[in-house]
Amino acid sequence: MSQAPSVPVVRCSGVTKRYGAVAAVDGLSFALQPGEILSILGPSGSGKTTVLRLIAGFESPDRGEIRIQGRVVSGPAVHVPPNRRNVGMVFQEYALFPHLTVAQNVSFGLRRMSRQERGRRLAEVLALAGLGGLENRYPHELSGGQQQRVALARTIAPRPITVLLDEPFSNLDAGMRRRLRQEVADILRAHTIATVFVTHDREEAFAMADRIGVMNEGYLEQLDTPDRIYHAPATPFVAQLAGMCDFLPGEVRDGVVATEIGSVPYASDNGPLPEASPVDLLVHPDDLQVLPHPEGTAVIHAREFRGGETILAVRLPSGATVRCRQRASTTLVPGETVTLVPDQGRDFVAFPQAGHRQ
Amino acid sequence: MTAGPARRAASPPLVVLLPALLVGLAMLLPLVYLVIRSAGASEAAWALLFRPQTAATLGRTALLVLTVTASSVAIAVPVAWLTVRTDLPLRRLWSVLTMLPLVIPSFVGAFLFVSALGPKGLLQQLLAGPFGVDRLPEIYGLPGATLTLTLLSYPYVLLTLRGALRNLDPVLDEAARSLGYGNRAVLFRVTLPQLRPALAAGSLLVGLYTLSDFGAVSLMRYPTITWIIFQQYETAFDRTIAALLSLVLVGMALAILLVEGYARGRGRYYRSGAGASRRSKAIQLGRWKWLALPLVAGVTLLALGVPSAILAYWLVRGVGAGEPLLILWSATRNSLLVSVLAALVAAVCSIPLAVLVVRYPGKLSQALERSSFTGYALPGIVVALALVFFGATYARPVYQTVWLLVFAYVVLFFPAALGATRAAMLQVSPRLEEAARGLGRNSLQVMQTITVPLIGPGVLMGAALVFLVTMKELPATLILGPLGFKTLSTAVWSAASEAFFAQAAAPALALILISSVPMAFLVLRERSLAPAGGGRPPA
Repeated sequence: MSQAPSVPVVRCSGVTKRYGAVAAVDGLSFALQPGEILSILGPSGSGKTTVLRLIAGFESPDRGEIRIQGRVVSGPAVHVPPNRRNVGMVFQEYALFPHLTVAQNVSFGLRRMSRQERGRRLAEVLALAGLGGLENRYPHELSGGQQQRVALARTIAPRPITVLLDEPFSNLDAGMRRRLRQEVADILRAHTIATVFVTHDREEAFAMADRIGVMNEGYLEQLDTPDRIYHAPATPFVAQLAGMCDFLPGEVRDGVVATEIGSVPYASDNGPLPEASPVDLLVHPDDLQVLPHPEGTAVIHAREFRGGETILAVRLPSGATVRCRQRASTTLVPGETVTLVPDQGRDFVAFPQAGHRQ
Repeated sequence: MTAGPARRAASPPLVVLLPALLVGLAMLLPLVYLVIRSAGASEAAWALLFRPQTAATLGRTALLVLTVTASSVAIAVPVAWLTVRTDLPLRRLWSVLTMLPLVIPSFVGAFLFVSALGPKGLLQQLLAGPFGVDRLPEIYGLPGATLTLTLLSYPYVLLTLRGALRNLDPVLDEAARSLGYGNRAVLFRVTLPQLRPALAAGSLLVGLYTLSDFGAVSLMRYPTITWIIFQQYETAFDRTIAALLSLVLVGMALAILLVEGYARGRGRYYRSGAGASRRSKAIQLGRWKWLALPLVAGVTLLALGVPSAILAYWLVRGVGAGEPLLILWSATRNSLLVSVLAALVAAVCSIPLAVLVVRYPGKLSQALERSSFTGYALPGIVVALALVFFGATYARPVYQTVWLLVFAYVVLFFPAALGATRAAMLQVSPRLEEAARGLGRNSLQVMQTITVPLIGPGVLMGAALVFLVTMKELPATLILGPLGFKTLSTAVWSAASEAFFAQAAAPALALILISSVPMAFLVLRERSLAPAGGGRPPA
C-alpha cells in the first residue's frame, strides 16, 4: 500500500479552532499515513473530539488547512461538506438510526450501489463484523457490544478513505472493551484502513495505535510511537498521561543527574542540559530496585496489593515519595527501611524544572 | 446510560397493590357494564342497529376523523418545524400562541364559527351591505365540523411533534452526512422518519378527540355516531340501542388505536444515552422567512384571532342586552368544583398504579395499566351512558349526584394523570427508596417521605391536565349532571344550541379564561412533558 513518497491520507497543517476565547484545537499539524492507526490521547476537554469533527467536516477550522488524499477539504474559503468527504465516523454514542434495522443501518451509506452490489457488500461487512443473524434486529434490541459492531460495520461499508473513531469503547464494560478493541483493530488492519481514534484510555491507545498523539488543552504535545510516548515523553504531562510515574528533584552535575538516590545518566530531547541546572527526573515504577537495608534512609510508606503485582510507596529523606513495582509476593511491609538502586543500562528522562525551561 | 441488570423486584407491598388493583378494576367498570347491558338487548334493538342508516353514520364519522386528522397534520408539521428548528422571528411568541387553541372547547369553537359564518351570520351581514351577498357557502355539515375540529385539535399534533423535534439527536444527522447524505436526503431519510411515532401519537389524539366529539358536530349539524347516540338516549323508548351504538363507537376507537400502533412501527425511538448531547443549531430561513411568517401568523389568526374577535363581539352584545350574570357565577362554581375534584381524585389514584407499573413490572401491573387506559378509548358519551345504566340499577345513592359525574371524569381522563405520574416516577431512582428502607423506614413511610415528595411536581402536572379537560367536557356532564346542575360548558351548550349566542358568550369566556391557567402551567413546563412513548423506561 505505501509507496515511496506516499500522499498522506489526512494532513492537518496549523489547524486552529476556537469557541469564543477558548482554543479547542491550537495549531494542530500531523499527517496520517495510509493504513496507519493513529490514536489521539488526552483527558476530557483536551480538544480530541474537535479534531475528529474538523476532519469529518462538522466543524470548520478558524485557521489552518486540512487535506484528504492531497485535496484541500478545509481551508481559507474552502469547506467541503461532510457528505462529500467520504470520511467514515464512528460516534461515541454510536448514532445508530433507531428507526432502521441492522441491515438498513449498515447499507445506509451504500445507496449509490446497484441492488446486487449492495447486497453483496452488506453480507460481506456483516460477516466481517460478526453480525450474521442480526440483520433484522433494531438497534434497541442489541447489546452494547453489538451496537458498537453495527456502528463500525456501517462506517466501513461504503469503503471510506479514512475512519474516525470517537471514544469508541467508552460505553462498554471492561471485559467487552478489551475484546472489542482487539477485534476492531484486527478488522482495520486487515483492510489497511487508515484510522484516527480518540480516547482518554492509555491502555486502549497503546494496544491499538501505531502512533499516539497526546493532546493537552488543544495543543498536540507529542506525536510518537507508543514505546517512545512511554519511555521518552516530551513533557511531564505526556509522562503522566502515559503511565504511573513520579518525579524526583535533582541537579545536572558532570553530565549526569544527581539525586538523593544517586546519580543516573539522562537523556533530554533538546540535547545536554546546562551544568548545575535543577531538573525533575522521571521515575517509572520499574526503574528502581528496592533492597531491604537495616540502615537504609528510605522507608516503605504504603503497600498496595494489585493482584499480579504489589506497588510500594517509598518515602525518601527529603520527603519525596516514589512508587515501585514489586512481585505480588514481596515480603516488604510498611515501616521497613530500604535503599533504592536505579536500574542500570538505560538513560533516564530529565525535565528542566519549571521556571528553568530553555 | 448504562442501566444495571434488570432486577426482579419482590412482590409489591399491599399498600401499593391493593389501591392499584382497586383503581385498575374501577376503570373497567363502565366498559364491562356496557357489554353486559348490550348482551341483554332486545331483538328490535339489534334490528335498529343493522339499519343502513347506521352504516351511513359510521361512514360520516370515519370521514370526519380522516379529514380532521389529515388537516391537523398538514397544519402542525410546518408550524412545529418552523417554531422549533428554525430562526423564525418571534419564535417563542408563536410557540405559545399556536398552542393556545387547545383551551377552546369544541362546542365554543363551533358556536363561534356558526355565528360568524352561518346563514345570517356576522360575515354575511358584513358583506350584505356593500356587496349585496345574501348567501355564503354552506357551513353546516362536514366543512364546518372539519374546520372547527381541525383548528381546535391540531395543537395535539403540534405538542407531540414539538417534543420529538426538540429531542432529535443531532448526532444522527451527522452520521447520515458522514455517510454521504446531503440536506434534503437527511430530512427525508433521517429526520422525518424519526418523527413518525410522534406524528402517529398526535394523530391518535386528534382522531380520538374527533371521534368522541359531541358538541361541535351537533352544533354543526353533522350527524356522527356520538350525536346519534345522544338522540337515541334522549328520545328513544328502548335505551339499549344507545348501548349497542356505544359499543360500535368503542370498536371504532379501538380501530384507531390499532392503526396508530401499526403506524408507530417497530423501530424504537430514544436519544442514544451517554455522551455530551449537543443542541441542534437553528436552521437559517433567510428569504424563506417571508413565506414562513404569514403561514404561522395565518394559522394563529384563524385558530385564535377570529374566535376571540367573534367572542368579544357577542360579549359586548350580551352585556349591552343586560344578560344576567348570576347564572354565570353558579355555573363557574360548579365547573370549578367538579374539575378540582376530578383532578384530585385522578392524581391521587394515579400514584399507587404508577408505583406498581414502574417498580414492579410484570403481567399484573401491565394488565392494570392497560385497563386504566380504557378511558382513552372510551368517548365521554359512552362512559356517561354506561354509568347512567349502572347508577340507575345498582348505585342509587350516588345516581344523580356529583360523585358519579366525578367518577366518569376520572375514568375518562385518568390516562393523562397516570402518564404524568408515571413519567415522574421513572425519574426517581429506586436507589433512593432503597436507601430509605436501609435507614429503617417501611414501604408506606418510604412512599410518604421519599416517593411522593419527589414525584409531586409530575403528579401536579397530571392534575392540571385533568382539570383542563374536565372544564371542557360536555356530553358526560349533560348526561350525568344532577338535575339543575349547570356548569359553564352546559351553560354554553344550552344557549348556543338555541342560537342565543350573546347568552353563550360570557360562560364561554369564563371557561376559556379558567382553562388558560392550567394551560399556562403546562406550556411553561413543556420541556418536561415528554412525548408519549418517546422514552425507554430503564430496565
